[in-house]
Amino acid sequence: MAEKVEFELVSPERLLISEPVEMVVVPGSEGDFGALPRHAPMITGVRPGVIDVYQDGKVSDRIFVAGGFAEVTETRVTVLAEEALKVSELAADTVAQRLRSAEEAVQEADSESARNHAERALLVARALKAALEQRTVH
Amino acid sequence: MASLKDLRLRINSVKSTRKITSAMKMVAASKLRRAQTSAESARPYAARMERMLGSLAASLAGQAGAPRLLAGTGSDDVHLIVVTTSDRGLCGGFNGSIVRSTRNLVNELLRQGKTVKLMLVGRKGRDQLKRDFGKLFIDSFDNIGRKGVTFAEANAIANRITGLFEEGQFDVCTIIYNRFKSAISQEVTRQQLVPFPVPAVGATEAEGGAKALYEYEPSEEGILAELLPRNLAIQVFRALLESNASEQGARMTAMDNATRNAGDMINGLTIRYNRTRQAQITKELIEIISGAEAL
Repeated sequence: MAEKVEFELVSPERLLISEPVEMVVVPGSEGDFGALPRHAPMITGVRPGVIDVYQDGKVSDRIFVAGGFAEVTETRVTVLAEEALKVSELAADTVAQRLRSAEEAVQEADSESARNHAERALLVARALKAALEQRTVH
Repeated sequence: MASLKDLRLRINSVKSTRKITSAMKMVAASKLRRAQTSAESARPYAARMERMLGSLAASLAGQAGAPRLLAGTGSDDVHLIVVTTSDRGLCGGFNGSIVRSTRNLVNELLRQGKTVKLMLVGRKGRDQLKRDFGKLFIDSFDNIGRKGVTFAEANAIANRITGLFEEGQFDVCTIIYNRFKSAISQEVTRQQLVPFPVPAVGATEAEGGAKALYEYEPSEEGILAELLPRNLAIQVFRALLESNASEQGARMTAMDNATRNAGDMINGLTIRYNRTRQAQITKELIEIISGAEAL
């Protein structure tokens, strides 16, 4: 398939990826979706999870995102991620550490907003762990 | 007239001052480079966020039930002003111009009978505004961007702003910061954060009629409700980054000037020192000769 879709992944700190790819699978807030060229335009939320980038019929890159937004047009997929990490660069101990501190934060949260915040962080940490485990299975 | 010893001491002290200022200049220059790159690499996100928000806002514009962060509270009686300054001085007019602009804005709003609340980021601005507007302060942040501005810091400030807004503490929020133009020039910028200024509809339409055809998951309102606080954080983040880069630029320029002035001063003092020394030798010689002649 010659046709490609321009995939851009941006975090607040920098532009991480900007390249034409065959397909990307994004964990949308209403379920995962694959975006191929000439996808119907849409804007959606992104939940914490892994983005799969397909190149030449197979997964070429896997990136963990901690939630954000995605804009899909016929020729372009833009993901605005809160945080983005390559799955291949995740380290088991930092992930475990993060999960632990997130759990502690939920325990210690004393106000509603703090608890919401901590629960969100915990959600991200759990997704991160799942991404890591998935990698070891592969 | 200063004695030779005084002059010598003076020259030495100016020399050591010059050493300090030139070292500070170097430090500022290297920090500037880093601050500038991070300010520039944050731009794509802000730009794309704006594009997304623009198309969303355009499709929701004028509809009832738009989120309050976009539509505002319907009045503009209480203003929250976020003032971003640096924690450290010795950076020329950097903080002074921010403080001046804030003063003007506050006085103007007070004259119009509005209520003003101030949120201070950075120690310098807080210290300088405390005397006149100390009772308007509601919050202040220190040590922001000490090791480079992180998004978490911006997020904390943005959360505070949205929190206050939800409690109904203010109607309009404006941020004042120095926008980085180049190492030698910064521009004091006032940007309205809440309610979010909707980009002109004409501009989004010009990009193509496809704007209205987006599908939204979960829903336009749902996305907008998440996107707006996020955008606020991004705008704060951008302001902090710009301010940080400006600070280093301003400091570099200020320290460059200081180093040059110190050099001029050393030259002047050295000339005076030499003249005084010569005058003294001449005087001593005359004394000796006239003493010898008297014999």
